[in-house]
Amino acid sequence: MELALSPEQEEIRKLVSEFAEREVKPRAEAIDQSGEFPRDLVQKAADLGLLGILVPEEYGGAGLDHISFAIFVEEVARFCASTSVILDVHNSVGTEPIVLFGNEDQRRRWLVDLAQGKKLAAFALTEPDAGSDAGNLSTTATRRDGGYVLNGTKIFISNAGEAGLYVVFATTRPGSGAEGISAFLVGGDNPGLKVGPKFKKMGLNGSAIAEVYLENCVVGEADRLGQEGEGFRIAMRALDSGRIGISAQAVGLAQGALNDAVGYARERKQFGKPIAELQTIQNKLADMAVRIRAARWMTWKAAALCDARQPFTREASMAKLFATDAAMDITLDALQVFGGYGYLEEYPMARRVRDAKACQIYEGTNQVQRIVIARELVRV
Amino acid sequence: MDFSLNEEQQQIREMVHDLCLERVEPRAAEIDESGEFPWDVKELFAKHDILAIPFTPEYGGISGGALTLIVAVEEISKFCVTSSLILSVQSLGSLPIWLAGTEEQKRRYLPPLARGEHLAAYALTEPGSGSDAGGMRTRAIKRGDRYVINGSKTFITGGSVADTIVVFARTDQDGDTPARNISAFIVEKTMPGFKVGKLEKKLGIRGSPTAQLFFEDLEVPAANRLGGEGEGFRLAMRVLDHSRPGIAAQALGIAEGAFDLARRYARDRHQFGKPIVEFQGIQFMLADMATQIEAARALTYASGDALDRSLPDIGSSSSMAKLFASDTAMRVTTDAVQILGGYGYLRDFPAERMMRDAKITQIYEGTNEIQRFVIARELLKDSA
Repeated sequence: MELALSPEQEEIRKLVSEFAEREVKPRAEAIDQSGEFPRDLVQKAADLGLLGILVPEEYGGAGLDHISFAIFVEEVARFCASTSVILDVHNSVGTEPIVLFGNEDQRRRWLVDLAQGKKLAAFALTEPDAGSDAGNLSTTATRRDGGYVLNGTKIFISNAGEAGLYVVFATTRPGSGAEGISAFLVGGDNPGLKVGPKFKKMGLNGSAIAEVYLENCVVGEADRLGQEGEGFRIAMRALDSGRIGISAQAVGLAQGALNDAVGYARERKQFGKPIAELQTIQNKLADMAVRIRAARWMTWKAAALCDARQPFTREASMAKLFATDAAMDITLDALQVFGGYGYLEEYPMARRVRDAKACQIYEGTNQVQRIVIARELVRV
Repeated sequence: MDFSLNEEQQQIREMVHDLCLERVEPRAAEIDESGEFPWDVKELFAKHDILAIPFTPEYGGISGGALTLIVAVEEISKFCVTSSLILSVQSLGSLPIWLAGTEEQKRRYLPPLARGEHLAAYALTEPGSGSDAGGMRTRAIKRGDRYVINGSKTFITGGSVADTIVVFARTDQDGDTPARNISAFIVEKTMPGFKVGKLEKKLGIRGSPTAQLFFEDLEVPAANRLGGEGEGFRLAMRVLDHSRPGIAAQALGIAEGAFDLARRYARDRHQFGKPIVEFQGIQFMLADMATQIEAARALTYASGDALDRSLPDIGSSSSMAKLFASDTAMRVTTDAVQILGGYGYLRDFPAERMMRDAKITQIYEGTNEIQRFVIARELLKDSA
């Protein structure tokens, strides 16, 4: 056991930490208030090669490991969860399925553009009636003229409207559940793909989330990712490592909240001394720090297992469950340390609370994580 | 980043696991019921070199690695926490000698401990000084080449069975003010003036004797002082930094033992025509227990890794591990009793014993309130 970052990972941490501090931090409040998609930051991340973190170097990516990916997401999320989720979804569930399951042509065609940030990626699995029960899709893929025609509605799609590529899941055999699902690579410019208006949300205001409509959307045989019927497995594998990203996002939100709470507690004087000297504040800060430390180790452990090509489904689910529940509690506690000021939108504390809530819901609600974890407990 | 155990650690884990499954688990309920120190388990551990784990080969041991010790304590604790304390206290009592002893002191005292011929204890706490160790009253006055110790200690784990006891006493002559000058001494139980008082009756860890110790004009050679005069308080705190991961390991083991029990029960127990593990209410409890255990394990192993690599933040990483793992043990054992329902409340099942044993891990070697204080202090210092 040696729980240390490699020199390369330390380099990445330094690079992304500077990027987050210099570029993301000053923009965070405006992104939240305006609800505008931060194209400028996405471009700056692209300039640093941060849109192809998991893409092999031969396709123009950085070819880094999942611990580096987790560090990247965490550092950005310390200041702006909207930006981190955009970059997370793109690098992880949007791009990684092609890295893992794409054939050579698909990799050449998509990965180079994705890695350079010429196109942003989205992951289109969830439907209005298929959320946690993702095997029960209604979107159909019907074979026609040596290709497929897709029809159906997707909902809660991150990066919708901004993406140049959608990984779309549809069934070729309606009524046959998970076994009938296949994955398709659909360009953002496909005339059969339309995007609804951006949802107004509690938080993550800069992240575009919308419905995606597939209306007689024609794709070729060559656009199918993996085999017919392999789609559900691809989705689940993508979500396994996606959960590493969401865990890292939660760790970053919590760490940012703790850092601000510590700073405020040292400055704020009541009863003639800084509130940091009151034990009730100290206890809160200590409990926050412990849970963050544990959540980060769990995230990195799942990432390390993933990089070692060992099973990591259970570890990723545990990390996601633990880290996102911790982020919710910690952002609330950190707001409380700020008292009335924490409730004001002038400070980042309220925003973090709003942003943290999404982490308990997306990429598998925490109830679904418990089902995934318990499934193994029942079986073993 | 490498999260895996090395070969030595895996081998020791398997060895300790198999031995405890066969020889310790069947004794656990009796040990709890009788409240007697399990000499047979102590002999078993000595014979299989388990008591040699905390020591390096040059002093007759087999490892000396922090993470290796953690893994061993964790395995024993899955079956019997009282038994795990035999190993934990052997480590705790010898740590001051290991950390501050001269070569001569180490050569004299460590090998018999490593062989399990002697048992060790660590005597810091007093009736009036628990979390506030600086408030101690036990006094050591220098007379020529000896110190004369007077006073008493309380809550001394293994105090009545130990041969070698490290005693902390104040060497200032200030009277009843907070201690300014604390020193540590190696005391042997055969020294005149060493007396064992009553053994406490406790909620749990009943087979582990918790003793009061009295020192009446106890004369110790000056050569038995550990480190310089006045260096005792710092040594006591350093020892606890090194030993808290062991309490975290104990708590982790208890939680894992209780979780395994609850999971097995939930698979066997049928209600409404199916095993109760098929109900989501039970599944979610088990999933939360497993996740908390995974988090506790991460922090505990990380603190062992930090010790083995002498990282600068040993203090806060061991406090974090102890705090989180012990709170986890309390929650998980309480939930395990709940999953077993009425049976969980009965002495016939080990769940209630695990819950009683878990409580102590939130209290000793620094209450969890003290751990939070330590962690917060570091946190507020870091950002200065």
